[in-house]
Amino acid sequence: MAHPPVLALRGISKRFGGVQALVDVDLQVRAGEVVALAGDNGAGKSTLIKVISGVSPADRGVIEWEGHLVQIKRPHDAHALGIATVYQDLAMCDNLDVVGNLFLGREIDRVGVLDEVEMERRARDLMRTLSIRIPDVRMPVAELSAGQRQAVAISRSLMGAPKVLLLDEPTAALGVEQTSHLLDLIEEVRDRGMAIILISHNMGDIKAVADRVAVLRLGRNNGLFDVSTVTQEQIISSVTGAADNAVAHRTKGDEEAWP
Amino acid sequence: MTGGGPHRGGGPAAPGGGAERVAPGRAPRTRGWSGTLRDYAVELRGSVRDGERGPLLVVAGLIVIWCLFQALDDKFLSPRNLSNLSVDIVGTGLVAVGIVFVLLIREIDLSVGSVSGLAGAVFAVLNVNEGMPEWLAVVVAIAAGMAVGAFHGFFFAWLGVPAFVVTLAGLLIWNGLTLYLLGASGTINIDEEGLVASLTSRHFSDDFAAYAVAALGTAGYFLAARRKRARHRAAGMPYRPPVEVWVRTGVLAVLAFTAAYTLNRFQGLPLALLIFLVVLVVSDYVLRRTRYGRRVYALGGGVEAARRAGISVMRVRVAMFMVSGTLAAIGGLFVASGLTSASPTTARAAGSGMLLINAIAAAVIGGTSLFGGRGSPWSVLLGVLVIQSVASGMGLLGVEDAVQFMITGGVLLAAVAADALSRRAAARRGRP
Repeated sequence: MAHPPVLALRGISKRFGGVQALVDVDLQVRAGEVVALAGDNGAGKSTLIKVISGVSPADRGVIEWEGHLVQIKRPHDAHALGIATVYQDLAMCDNLDVVGNLFLGREIDRVGVLDEVEMERRARDLMRTLSIRIPDVRMPVAELSAGQRQAVAISRSLMGAPKVLLLDEPTAALGVEQTSHLLDLIEEVRDRGMAIILISHNMGDIKAVADRVAVLRLGRNNGLFDVSTVTQEQIISSVTGAADNAVAHRTKGDEEAWP
Repeated sequence: MTGGGPHRGGGPAAPGGGAERVAPGRAPRTRGWSGTLRDYAVELRGSVRDGERGPLLVVAGLIVIWCLFQALDDKFLSPRNLSNLSVDIVGTGLVAVGIVFVLLIREIDLSVGSVSGLAGAVFAVLNVNEGMPEWLAVVVAIAAGMAVGAFHGFFFAWLGVPAFVVTLAGLLIWNGLTLYLLGASGTINIDEEGLVASLTSRHFSDDFAAYAVAALGTAGYFLAARRKRARHRAAGMPYRPPVEVWVRTGVLAVLAFTAAYTLNRFQGLPLALLIFLVVLVVSDYVLRRTRYGRRVYALGGGVEAARRAGISVMRVRVAMFMVSGTLAAIGGLFVASGLTSASPTTARAAGSGMLLINAIAAAVIGGTSLFGGRGSPWSVLLGVLVIQSVASGMGLLGVEDAVQFMITGGVLLAAVAADALSRRAAARRGRP
């Protein structure tokens, strides 16, 4: 893999009052790759996502974007770089239909008058290319199932053609079948060359779609595994801290992964 | 494409329009009469089952009310009474349109009754007592309403005081100011031949006027629907079957021409009704078809979602209270016009909240949700017809005020309860 990572974090630290939420955390992700971020509650996963999305910037550390040093101080900076985030609460307008939500804040219009036909056409195209099955793009999202809502939220985040997609526990509220649809969608998006950081508690999901899994424990890196060679037990013991140090389980391309 | 034959999914782009919302699990509409009718039947059953109050239910209620009062007093459905009704709904209706804007962002404006009274007093004092030209006094009165709305918006959006408290304080403040302005002179009679008086007294007695408006409205609807259909078809997307466009246009034509015929049996098309219809068309267009309107609905659907989408929440909030204040002032001028006076008595009545209650009831009965994000200005037309029909009928029957209060309050409570129930049903349906 000759390309530099799209996004690389080095030595990220973040303190909230007396709590050291993140200590010297490293993470990187390449185009067309899914990196899972695992860890117990309070391990710092959400804090790390907030650092990347600009909601709450890091105290110390370096962020590189396509090999260049960048600053992410505000959500706007992250958007401008091409980082899209789908939060767990999805932040959708339940009363608006799918088209309305997809284009919220970036409506297509002519002198202020909405071009509904064009927006609907693009929405249908997007749903089709992502193989998202929704009864009708003119349905209010309140009437969609949890899985469909999640899919709409993800496709909305793709509207600005981002390069990195952050997904915060996307399968947490989903049933078995909906989860499998969503994992299909994540693979679909990855195959289009997107770099995806997936926060998940679910080892099954991680094994299914992630290429690598980075484990956080008590705000520190506690292992980086190649999903194809690691067992679920190894990840779990790294998450819970049963295995003190995960050095033994690191991938072979170690030097490259942690430069 | 998703299916074989062309079908149109969820009605027009109305993001929250009550009856236009898609009933879950309904079959895609197909071409042809039988298919369309069957689908409508399915849809109707679905909407009733899910506790969704479509305009159809309100229309049914209105018909029942009209039949009831007609049975009790055969003057009720006379052209004269219906024509008066069409003028009487305008003051309350305009105030209610303002309320719709505020309800859409999930807030409330309790001051509209007082603000409408203030506008009437400002106009009367400036025009009659101070000798200001009528048009200028009208402009100042409306601007006063807008300024009051901006004042409320400032306290709510900037300082974060709950809108309900800000406008409750406003209710008292502006009513006090009205009484203060009128204090020196008591009742002020406005010029019965003047501009403001003509707002409610002027009728286009030529039969042609009412029919022309009916024809224009029907043709406008038909052409817009046709154009939309053509654009959908050109883009290769599902569209309404032509039968549906024809049926809808036909129903609209029957209603419009019946109304025009009835009005022509008395004094012709009232100016007030024409202005009301124009306000409805314009505000519906702004809310449903413009980028700006989309922001309003978005705010009602989820403040956080709107904020993350880059919408300036504060600006939209202030603007909505300004719209509500402005329309309350315009409505107030119609009320003053109907009475041809501004007096401390009517100001006190405005402060008592009758107009406020009627306006909120009109908006909610028509299908605008108190919980934000759902509804449209057109809902006001149906709602205010219901409210004013009840008031007019009770007036004809000589029902005393005390009973009227209780009935109006009861109607409002019933409408709000229905709104809450439909919201619960929708929540149940949405997240299985």
